[in-house]
Amino acid sequence: MASLDSKIPEGSLSDKWTNHKSHINLVSPANKRLIDVIVVGTGLAGASAAATLAELGYNVKAFCFQDSPRRAHSIAAQGGINAAKNYQGDGDSTYRLFYDTIKGGDYRSREANVHRLAEVSTNIIDQCVAQGVPFARDYGGLLDNRSFGGVLVSRTFYAKGQTGQQLLLGAYSAMNRQIGRGKIKMYNRHEMMDLVIVDGKARGIIARNLVTGQIERHGAHAVVVASGGYGNVFFLSTNAMGSNVSAGWKIHQKGAHFANPCFTQIHPTCIPVSGDHQSKLTLMSESLRNDGRIWVPKNLEDVKAIREGRLKPTDLKEEDRDYYLERRYPAFGNLVPRDVASRAAKERCDAGFGVNKTGEAVYLDFASAIVRYGKEQAHVKGLDEKDSVLVKKLGQDVVRSKYGNLFQMYEKIVDQNPYEMPMMIYPAVHYTMGGVWVDYNLMTSIPGCYAIGEANFSDHGANRLGASALMQGLADGYFVLPYTIGDYLSNDIRTGPIPTNTPEFDAAENTVKDKINLFLTNKGKNSVDHYHKKLGKIMWDKCGMSRNAKGLKEAMSEIKALREDFYENVNVPGTDSEFNEQLAKAGRVADFLELGELFAKDALERTESCGGHFREESQTPEGEAMRDDENFTFVSAWEYKGEPADAVLHKEELNYEEIEVKTRSYK
Amino acid sequence: MNLTLKIWRQANTSAQGKMQTYPIENVSPDMSFLEMMDVLNEQLINKGIDPVAFDHDCREGICGMCSMYINGEAHGPDRLVTTCQLHMRKFKDGETITIEPFRANAFPVVKDLAVDRSAFDRIQHAGGFVSVNTSGNTQDANAIPINKHDADNAFDAATCIGCGACVASCKNASAMLFVSAKVSQYALLPQGKVEAADRVLNMVKQMDEEGFGNCTNTGACEVECPKGISLENIARMNREYLVASAKG
Repeated sequence: MASLDSKIPEGSLSDKWTNHKSHINLVSPANKRLIDVIVVGTGLAGASAAATLAELGYNVKAFCFQDSPRRAHSIAAQGGINAAKNYQGDGDSTYRLFYDTIKGGDYRSREANVHRLAEVSTNIIDQCVAQGVPFARDYGGLLDNRSFGGVLVSRTFYAKGQTGQQLLLGAYSAMNRQIGRGKIKMYNRHEMMDLVIVDGKARGIIARNLVTGQIERHGAHAVVVASGGYGNVFFLSTNAMGSNVSAGWKIHQKGAHFANPCFTQIHPTCIPVSGDHQSKLTLMSESLRNDGRIWVPKNLEDVKAIREGRLKPTDLKEEDRDYYLERRYPAFGNLVPRDVASRAAKERCDAGFGVNKTGEAVYLDFASAIVRYGKEQAHVKGLDEKDSVLVKKLGQDVVRSKYGNLFQMYEKIVDQNPYEMPMMIYPAVHYTMGGVWVDYNLMTSIPGCYAIGEANFSDHGANRLGASALMQGLADGYFVLPYTIGDYLSNDIRTGPIPTNTPEFDAAENTVKDKINLFLTNKGKNSVDHYHKKLGKIMWDKCGMSRNAKGLKEAMSEIKALREDFYENVNVPGTDSEFNEQLAKAGRVADFLELGELFAKDALERTESCGGHFREESQTPEGEAMRDDENFTFVSAWEYKGEPADAVLHKEELNYEEIEVKTRSYK
Repeated sequence: MNLTLKIWRQANTSAQGKMQTYPIENVSPDMSFLEMMDVLNEQLINKGIDPVAFDHDCREGICGMCSMYINGEAHGPDRLVTTCQLHMRKFKDGETITIEPFRANAFPVVKDLAVDRSAFDRIQHAGGFVSVNTSGNTQDANAIPINKHDADNAFDAATCIGCGACVASCKNASAMLFVSAKVSQYALLPQGKVEAADRVLNMVKQMDEEGFGNCTNTGACEVECPKGISLENIARMNREYLVASAKG
């Protein structure tokens, strides 16, 4: 049995990382040239890791399935990135960022990892600015900040509504410099198909060239998986169409434990589903909750009138509106954490107050912010603050400068002007806190195989706070992995290049080829998407925003049956020697069909409610989530045993030395 | 809505391509253009016809992967959107829609509507970066204040998504808008100024080697750019290039 030693260093929490860095083994510059590292995925974590490892002198091979590393889905992150810079002088500190992240994660993340994350957060901003990332600035030329859900300080750095894009382009530029120097060999339009283990260590991968279909062998001294999250197991999510779990799942099949698969984040502010043809959901940044107020009508007659088009939301008087977050959580109001905001929206919609035809939408209203900003601007410019037309125009200009691209995106999709009409939003699957289990060094339970960024599990517990995903991806890639991997690779300075003409590579390649043949010769009657959509519906209905034992048991057996049907009846057109998107997708959906069942099993096992995992059997009389610290203060790490139902649970107990575990309250 | 689609089909880079016609029924005006393509592909698969290959990923207008040339315009008739954010409400019932790949010598067709834009990556390898190692010891992010006007202009240039619509729209298949956006972003920021001269010379050299055409200031690129990248960037790059060449 693989061990579950988290390898947390000795010493006080605030000294652990510094001491650890000072005491781990290093690889000399001359020896780094002799060592090869594979990085799978080029989002924030993968790109920053690849660039930094190459700068250090390692030979890096980087892989992405897109046509360029710049297109990885980190690019779609909108709102911002947290860092404990305390530029606003509002009392922020490393400790406060650490504390907020642990609390926001509902006390299910590893204390030492989160403290390290908070420590390096400030370095990230310095590094990105040095790279030329154009963060938002104020008129004095200094960096601007805003506030995000679940915190009481302004520590979020941003670049309008495209922070993810600008940070990824920064990491991509760092990669480009190393590609130009020949230190990174980039493999675009390639997919990792399997991990190769030699003598118990990760020693390479089997990859497929998605354009020619060619199967390739790549040897290396270590393999880093940075392949993102698995939200697409729900079919509809805010992930990109190609986002998948396959790299993470392949290493799980080869011995890496998979941790907390049921911890999924359902993001409260997404554009509602418009019809059956829907292929994905679009997120509207959480930053909108800084200025937007969320409400539904107080009276069901008004809801009916709105749905039938007899009443416009703007016609509804203040006293007829229910600003339910402000009502239920006065301290945090519209800026409660994501899990709380999502469940509150579901509660109102389930009670019949949803404001669109499907009954699954609430309002996000900017009218008061527009007036507030407009009056401020009028005052600054010495204009008439009582001129409501002028105030509205000035206010709209301010909102446009803050959120312009988000408003434009909303208007294009929904065909309504959000400057005039409140936006309609509804929760959607967004981020997965669960992922491959890693120790403090970010190594999985397979020696030499690492997982970083959203692909691992360690920093966000049961719920991630806004603007923390970008922080974690870059922390892992720029500032953690490049140090910790050296400790492992210091044993490989005499190993020499990893040969790929070995039985281990033969076996892995044959498994991959057999699977491809199986898909292509099946000639069934249903498309790959047919199965993906069915899986998504089971996941959303039974493993979504709230779960119960009965539904989860049904989900497990339904997914198993669907998986069997898939292998019998799936139809994958075309051949293996061409650009064949259906074939690539078939492999990804096959893995989702296994992960989905493990997800349900994990959710079934955890009978408490915590963070993004709400078990109906475990709630307070007011309907708030009720944690069970006595029985569930642990990480569920699942060991692969073939069928997902047979996976074996290992527990990593979570010990909180610095923080008192409390009931999370945002009231 | 019922539509007729005329789509470019080409098996691979070296194969000969041709237009094929497919009817499609019951298209909802709320669908995105790519969702309409999904429906078409599902129908083709069920009929045993090879589905149409096209690039796409984020479907939020930001990754720059989608790339169709629709009715003679890159990303179709709407402005400031990529194909994934184009909605069928922009078309009329009964309309015939022509769909081609982004065409340029430097963008060879991979299959059907998917093209190879790795030339863009190679231009970036030549100089699209600031030479700073990851150390955690760079100076504090607020050590150099940057005038908001310059910071905002640098941001506007940096919003380029690298989709290639500028190249596809240009009668010369010029990549000047794309290259100038990156050159401008760094030229406007103090962090990028140190290497500005080498950067512009190297990136322009690579651009020429990739086989992109010259700029004749028709401005089609700016009109079709889904991110509204301004022609001013080309002017700025020309200035940078002249100054750098003179220093030579």
